[in-house]
Amino acid sequence: MTMKIKLNGQDYNTEKETLLELLSELGIMPERVAVELNLCVIRRADLAKQKIQDGDVVEIINFVGGGI
Amino acid sequence: MEDDKLIIRGIEFKSRLWVGTGKYKDFEETARAVEASGSDVVTVAVRRVNITDRKSPNLLDYLDPKRYKILPNTAGCYTVEDALRYARLAREAGVSDMIKLEVIGDEKTLFPDNIGLLKATEILAKEGFIVFPYTNDDPVIAKKLEDAGAAAVMPLGAPIGSGLGIRNPYNIRIILEAAKVPIIVDAGVGTASDATVAMELGCDAVLINTAIAGAKDPISMAEAMKYAVIAGRLAYKAGRIPKKLYATASSPLEGMLV
Repeated sequence: MTMKIKLNGQDYNTEKETLLELLSELGIMPERVAVELNLCVIRRADLAKQKIQDGDVVEIINFVGGGI
Repeated sequence: MEDDKLIIRGIEFKSRLWVGTGKYKDFEETARAVEASGSDVVTVAVRRVNITDRKSPNLLDYLDPKRYKILPNTAGCYTVEDALRYARLAREAGVSDMIKLEVIGDEKTLFPDNIGLLKATEILAKEGFIVFPYTNDDPVIAKKLEDAGAAAVMPLGAPIGSGLGIRNPYNIRIILEAAKVPIIVDAGVGTASDATVAMELGCDAVLINTAIAGAKDPISMAEAMKYAVIAGRLAYKAGRIPKKLYATASSPLEGMLV
């Protein structure tokens, strides 16, 4: 089943069931990022069991160059 | 200098120069500048992963977290809620509880919103974060941040990226006199002598980004900053002579041909 989610501010369709599968679909290594689901930070260890639902708002962040 | 290590909440910092990783030409240059600075602490920002260009390189491919302490910031946050959100995400993405906390109050000056900063410091400290709040050179707010649980206080020398140097050394001195936590000058350094001034005042460390990244030759400036911070620290520890209005001869009068 295709689910419509908001991913980093953009509309995104996925058939993946969990956040870890979504990361894998995107080619992102979980060690380098943090994931927020509907404004809640999801622990890395919980990514595999955290299910995605239609309408979810997902943010995936990483570290970029920055100073002050 | 070997036995003069900076230790904050049990974390040992080899370098008293902390460097930012923004504004460099590319990650290659970032890595070379950080290396030349001799610093073991790098600040980073928290931003969305580029999901459209997944092949884009990652900063941490160039700065090994095993070698450098990664200090995420909440740069760009204008509210307590945003700062808390970024801090919590940063902790999950990173490897430590350290956060360089910024709650900005004004776009033009990037001066902090100290009321929001104090609130966010208190909340994050309770959540077990090691909080490094970026603040004004105001002794009263510095003390309040310390009381709220800040692990160190980071007063600005001058506005972020301005390169104006330490605008109010007297306030920094007052902050230092009262502080029980380390004081790290954050922002304002323009060139090596500014970093030395901060260290000569007795600051525990200096954080520099734009002055290095924006220099014509960032790698050389990084090296200059390394020595500037070491020189300032040594001079502070050595204890400078008092300033006097008139001369005091440094050669003896005895034995002159009179």
